[in-house]
Amino acid sequence: MTASEYLKILDGEFGVSGSEGKVAQCVKKLFSEFCDEITTDNLGNVIGIKKGTNPSSPSLMIEAHMDELGLMVSGITDEGSLKFVSIGGFDAKILPGTEVTVWGEEKLFGVIGFMPPHLIADRTKAVKLDELCVDIGFSKEITEKKVSVGDIITFNTGFTQLDSTMVASRCIDDRGGLAAVLRTLELLCGKNIENDIIAVATVQEEVGLRGAKTAAAHIKPSCAIALDVCHGTSLDVSEEAFPCGKGPVISIGPNLHSKMTRRIIDLAKCNNIDFQIEVCQSNTGTDAWEIQVSGAGVPTALLSVPVRYMHGNFEVADTLDMESAAKLISEFAVSLKEGDCLCW
Amino acid sequence: MLVKELASLNAPSGFEDEVRDFIRNHANCDEIYTDTMGNLICHKKGNGKKVMVAAHMDEVGLIITEITEQGFLKFATLGGIETAVLVSKRVLIGKDKLCGIIGTKAVHLQKPEEINSPAKIKDLYIDIGAKDKESAEKLVSLGDFAVFDGEYTPFGDNLIKSKALDDRVGCAILLELMKEEYDSDIYFTFTVQEELGCRGALVAAGNINPDIALVIEGTTCSDVYGSEPHTQVTNLGKGAVMTAVDGAAISDKGYYDFIMNTAKENGIKLQIKKTTMGGTDAGVIQRSGCGVKTAVLAVPCRYIHSPVSVMHNEDAESVYLLSKAVLKNIERSNLV
Repeated sequence: MTASEYLKILDGEFGVSGSEGKVAQCVKKLFSEFCDEITTDNLGNVIGIKKGTNPSSPSLMIEAHMDELGLMVSGITDEGSLKFVSIGGFDAKILPGTEVTVWGEEKLFGVIGFMPPHLIADRTKAVKLDELCVDIGFSKEITEKKVSVGDIITFNTGFTQLDSTMVASRCIDDRGGLAAVLRTLELLCGKNIENDIIAVATVQEEVGLRGAKTAAAHIKPSCAIALDVCHGTSLDVSEEAFPCGKGPVISIGPNLHSKMTRRIIDLAKCNNIDFQIEVCQSNTGTDAWEIQVSGAGVPTALLSVPVRYMHGNFEVADTLDMESAAKLISEFAVSLKEGDCLCW
Repeated sequence: MLVKELASLNAPSGFEDEVRDFIRNHANCDEIYTDTMGNLICHKKGNGKKVMVAAHMDEVGLIITEITEQGFLKFATLGGIETAVLVSKRVLIGKDKLCGIIGTKAVHLQKPEEINSPAKIKDLYIDIGAKDKESAEKLVSLGDFAVFDGEYTPFGDNLIKSKALDDRVGCAILLELMKEEYDSDIYFTFTVQEELGCRGALVAAGNINPDIALVIEGTTCSDVYGSEPHTQVTNLGKGAVMTAVDGAAISDKGYYDFIMNTAKENGIKLQIKKTTMGGTDAGVIQRSGCGVKTAVLAVPCRYIHSPVSVMHNEDAESVYLLSKAVLKNIERSNLV
């Protein structure tokens, strides 16, 4: 399958941070095509192991997070509407007029309503999260039977094919990374690889890189590559951002292992794979930050797919960048041999 | 009622073709014609008074005004759309329903003053994934229209969510009313460009020159969290809405009382619109020619002019039943 096809499948399953069950089931099924062994750890990280031919060869962990942003019911109003809080950080301005699913006693359709203009007191201020609610079309009495405080609310926006290889989805962050992990496994499938490849879909990245911490501690890989997203350039974004379709972004900085990163860059050049370079002076804000300092420390590299409108209802990216990331990681995996020294 | 079919068609102001063609194929009348504006008139002949029954075909939408060098589309609105509902939404462009995304700057990249300011229409743009202007121009032309992607979805307690309920629910009610027989000479009129200032109805009324008129609409409803009861305008589930006074017309008192009594006699739920703002085709029809007695019956729509407008099926049924009773009895009234 193409990265785009993987992304479409992954987009079809929900997994708000802390409630990744549905997408985790989907990931397990997809991993099982390529992995010899699949486990889930105590936090819910899905770990797929593809055994290598040489147990002495360094193991490589390839990971992306599977959680997404969402909302949680915090109360029921007299009108029967739902008040909510956010899980993960985003801009309330995207919410008015958005369709959602409330995971109550049953699956319920709802819309995030808004006040008509004549009732908005201050038109110079942006709408705030606590001014909004979800309308599920029932009276308070019925709503109370169907929905409880703590129920999860997800966004209904679906996978959309745009021009050529461009796509839109509510969670390219980081299902796009996960699609690249799956494409990597597919590219490595059938190849006689020496080293163990451990594919991981982590939980709770959006609330503080929590899943990656326990996953890395559990796996203790010889080295790791994190796959995430970075900001893509668009009409009003040119700084701190990278163009879509010009290849994955390889991060350089103290969060990343310089020798390993150098090798990945050399492999990209050698194999004519497009790439871009991002310099991060400190925390990359990705799972790489936790993996690097896990256990006795893990040499870690970070590849990112440029994504426009990050944490919006729709994120836009070029699936070619996911394909290129997978190609590059598979080249790195193939190059990794017994005795390879990633130490300083 | 064909609300689902009609609301699913894409036809903003000035681009009403899809709805016009659909109605032409589903109308039950003696003659059908269009005028120079594009209004569709379905004449059901009778020997009595000349009655104009109007609903507008157009919905609010967007029009593409510029294709940037990078291949993004700038747009203007067709009719009144609250900018806040456009942020981070999917739209469908043109006859081929090309998907586009209205982007929004990632929250991480927004300055504090940007986060706290409402979106401005001039800053918004549509992303169709085109690599550059040349690629975009293969898919989109200046002047193409776009509409919300807001699928018809039943939910909650007998509610419907969809784009364009204003006024496809009115169009659906007219098609239903057309199936009945009446003594009056009725012109079921599907107007264009209501959202731009009732421009279609102005011309239609001038041509038809009716004795009396009834306008069927979708109207504002804000019976939601955070609003006081007297500011809610209308309430979902409380029946057909009749307008006493709005910004465009004051209903004829005799006609108003006649509708009120008809509702009572037939046990049909009726509520009175609790504002004097807004306006409908009734405004221009009332002042056409030597003046026409008009009334407005409407279906309350929450979150009107958005991809997620919401109506109650029973309210649409009430508007249908009351309109039918009014049209059946209007000949025996002393209104004209």
